Amino acid sequence: MTYLADVAALTHKDLRIELRARDTLPAMLLFVLSTLVVFHFALPEGTGDAAAYGLLWVAIVFTALLGLSRAWVPEQEHGVLDGLVLAPSDRSAIWLGKTLATLAFLVASQVIALPAFVLFFAPLDLVALAGVLLADIGICAVGSLMAAMAAASRSREVLLPLLVLPLTIPLMVGGVGAAISPEGERYLLLLALYDGVFSVLSWASFEYVVTE
Amino acid sequence: MIRARGLEKRYGRRRVLVGTDLTVPAGGFAVVTGPNGSGKTTLLRLFAGLAAPTRGVLEVNADRAQLGYLAHEPLVYRELTALENLDLFGRLYRVPERRERVGMLLGRFGLWDVRSERVSTYSRGMTQRLALCRTLLHDPQLILLDEPYSALDEEGAGLLDREFEALAGSRTLVVATHDPHRLDRLTTTRIALA
Repeated sequence: MTYLADVAALTHKDLRIELRARDTLPAMLLFVLSTLVVFHFALPEGTGDAAAYGLLWVAIVFTALLGLSRAWVPEQEHGVLDGLVLAPSDRSAIWLGKTLATLAFLVASQVIALPAFVLFFAPLDLVALAGVLLADIGICAVGSLMAAMAAASRSREVLLPLLVLPLTIPLMVGGVGAAISPEGERYLLLLALYDGVFSVLSWASFEYVVTE
Repeated sequence: MIRARGLEKRYGRRRVLVGTDLTVPAGGFAVVTGPNGSGKTTLLRLFAGLAAPTRGVLEVNADRAQLGYLAHEPLVYRELTALENLDLFGRLYRVPERRERVGMLLGRFGLWDVRSERVSTYSRGMTQRLALCRTLLHDPQLILLDEPYSALDEEGAGLLDREFEALAGSRTLVVATHDPHRLDRLTTTRIALA
């Protein structure tokens, strides 16, 4: 229970900081909406829905990257990560708290972005929406770990996409597959498996990322 | 107690603390001195477990729950208030009677009146006082302080002097400072780095 209380305290802290600073969520919202608008005009008329679903995933992944690039900024200012690492709580709680907060921002941006996608491009059924949610979990789980690694580097802006993008390829395959395949449920299984495996790996390895 | 034998830390080609041997007994008050770049901050980070020595053996008889660390940076969130910062760290450190302890420390360090203001609005000295509150929040047995007088005005420095007097003997303190004479009366161990 204390572990969950630590995670709740850390997530709550991130949400509170975002509510005050408004550094991340407005940027994500503006980015995803403007990307969808650009895609709307860029996609030639008569192009099938399949291409539109692909572009949706491009927008989702790059919006997530934007959120992840800001994820550890509050900890970098004033060196707070050292303070968290020194606390006697399980260090993986820091990762889980950050993952949940980033997931909340990503889902919040999609509350606006997905209706906009339906308006501009194509409908989304329940399987496609489940695919988006499962992929969000995977992106945030892996991305929070990679963002913590990148945050320790001077070239973090370059490093983060290099670390995250290759790892999100299975998520994009699963997400697009869930949206366009007649057997979309099978792709949901792929996404759930990815989430399970990579969440456990990220959870277990976070301690080694933040300590020397 | 802290014991180090043949300690060394490398940053690329640069070596600091080369062959450092030291012992700080439990309840001791150690003052670390040395010029810029001599490894004072590195030594405290090694003691805190935030860095690992490249060579040598280091024993620190305190786990994370018993360790208080004041760094160069205050290790508090800029967008949270003093109360919110200390409440968060109090939860993570499982401080009993957290609210009372937080209120007492904020009062003692003269931050009670600004407890609900964001740290980003604080002066450097006020932020340092808050960092001291965070360091002492869980009543640690081993206290590591890196330039604790930095940015403090005379009143703040006086508060810290009184805090040291109250803690000396009952806690193990390691203080890195450029002004060791201020602590002459309390010092039991001197660590001079070259």
